[in-house]
Amino acid sequence: MAVASRTAEVSLTRFIDNIDRFPSYIIRLFQLESGQPVWTDVAEWFWGLPRWLRLLGETLLMAYVGTLLGAVGGFGLAFLAAANVGPNRWLRFFVRRFCELCRTVPLLVFALVFVIAFGLGPLGGVLAVAIHTVGALGKLFAEAVENIDMKPVEGVASTGAPWHVAMRYGALPQVTSNFVSYSLLRFEINVRESAVMGFVGAGGIGQDLIEAIRKFYYSDVSAILVLILVTVAIIDTITSRIRHYLIGLEEGR
Amino acid sequence: MRQPVDLAAVRGRYPQHFARFGRQHLVAVLAGVAAFVVLVFGMVQLDFFSGKLLSGGERLLDILGLMLPPDPGSWPHVRTFAVALLETIAIAFLGTLAAAVLALPVSLLAARNVIAARVVRFLSRRSFDTIRSVDILVWALIWVNVVGLGPFAGALAIMTADIGSFGKLFSEAIEAADRKPVEGIVSTGGSHLFAIRFGILPEVFPMLASQVLYYFESNVRSASIIGIVGAGGIGLHLAEAIRTLELQQTSFIIVMILIAVALIDFVSGQLRFAVIGRRATT
Repeated sequence: MAVASRTAEVSLTRFIDNIDRFPSYIIRLFQLESGQPVWTDVAEWFWGLPRWLRLLGETLLMAYVGTLLGAVGGFGLAFLAAANVGPNRWLRFFVRRFCELCRTVPLLVFALVFVIAFGLGPLGGVLAVAIHTVGALGKLFAEAVENIDMKPVEGVASTGAPWHVAMRYGALPQVTSNFVSYSLLRFEINVRESAVMGFVGAGGIGQDLIEAIRKFYYSDVSAILVLILVTVAIIDTITSRIRHYLIGLEEGR
Repeated sequence: MRQPVDLAAVRGRYPQHFARFGRQHLVAVLAGVAAFVVLVFGMVQLDFFSGKLLSGGERLLDILGLMLPPDPGSWPHVRTFAVALLETIAIAFLGTLAAAVLALPVSLLAARNVIAARVVRFLSRRSFDTIRSVDILVWALIWVNVVGLGPFAGALAIMTADIGSFGKLFSEAIEAADRKPVEGIVSTGGSHLFAIRFGILPEVFPMLASQVLYYFESNVRSASIIGIVGAGGIGLHLAEAIRTLELQQTSFIIVMILIAVALIDFVSGQLRFAVIGRRATT
């Protein structure tokens, strides 16, 4: 621990000298330029609402498109990566390593590289989210496929059906609900991640947030943070509703 | 010999399998169409069809080609990166440890079997939720404003973000604890504090320890990117290498991070197993 403290340049004196700035910074976040608390003049606090809502919409779209593309990619890879149905050992090995690479390299690193390739803007961010989602969902989906009952697959295969037909009618019906609920969970995560994509210039609300923090536009910081928190809470509620609805369908069957 | 199938009879026996457009089917199709329309709309909005995708894809392939083979450039670079990587691990270690120490007493406030007052529980839970919903990079930026650039801000950011997660996880673990040891201590005349110390803590400790180790693993990943906003660690070098197009250095750093993450996952996986295993034998 001592070594770690030295390496991380922990200085308790600096910490104690500056710790009072943390609460005062937080309090300052909730004050307008005039020094009034923000809730006294909500219109002034949320002066940039139309622009922020548009960026927030962009963030949600990024998360949505990224999740869907990633889910489609992960869906394709999962059947190749699953140990019980995978058509080929070597293919399985490479697909698994690929998924590992996609989900271990941090999302922001993908975003940084993609911003160079695709230019500033949301396109790089979406692709980064999609790649990361392929890695994460590919693994989860493959594990779901590995847990299926093999009898239907064998049954279909015994009629002489080719591999993809066996997957379609033997394996897929057993895992659909799992796949959907994993994708919804991933969507929640991706909404949060997309909100910070803008920090490296990859689109979404993060761009305005980092600008507000860097330039000390205190009330803007709190306004954008409140917007993000509310959006995340709404999305979480909706997706958990959908998940419970799907689970209900499953049990009713 | 193949028997001719009497389709009409089968249809009569299982009408529900032949009714192609039941209500549920219709809803599913509509949902699918809606999802697809939103997808296309999103792709148009996000510049998928403006030709950027093709030209950018070509450039991406070039970039990937230039990244190989990973090459740090020179030995001093390797030293710098290695030190930065150690700093990253130190940030994650300190942040996780501090968060665990601070979150333990606060999580008691949020546990139903420790604090009976609903208001306290509600308030502490909502504050955990709020802390958790703010991304770690945002905390890093805020702490950079408070204590200045450098790894210390990073450790504080990880600490803050994790207090939210640990508070929730710990309080849930405490709520799931068995009542009987607590009742035993209270029946001997032990105070509330004693009941927590000797009744609850020994029981939940292994679970908490394994959760802390798990978060340490994930924090090493987070710590490797908070350098991008100036909060110390290898992220700073990584972002700089990408922005100055030192692509071989970039891939070298990425490989370093991947190896470090894999090693730490392995070690802490073993530790977690040991912690849980010891619990099973005692």
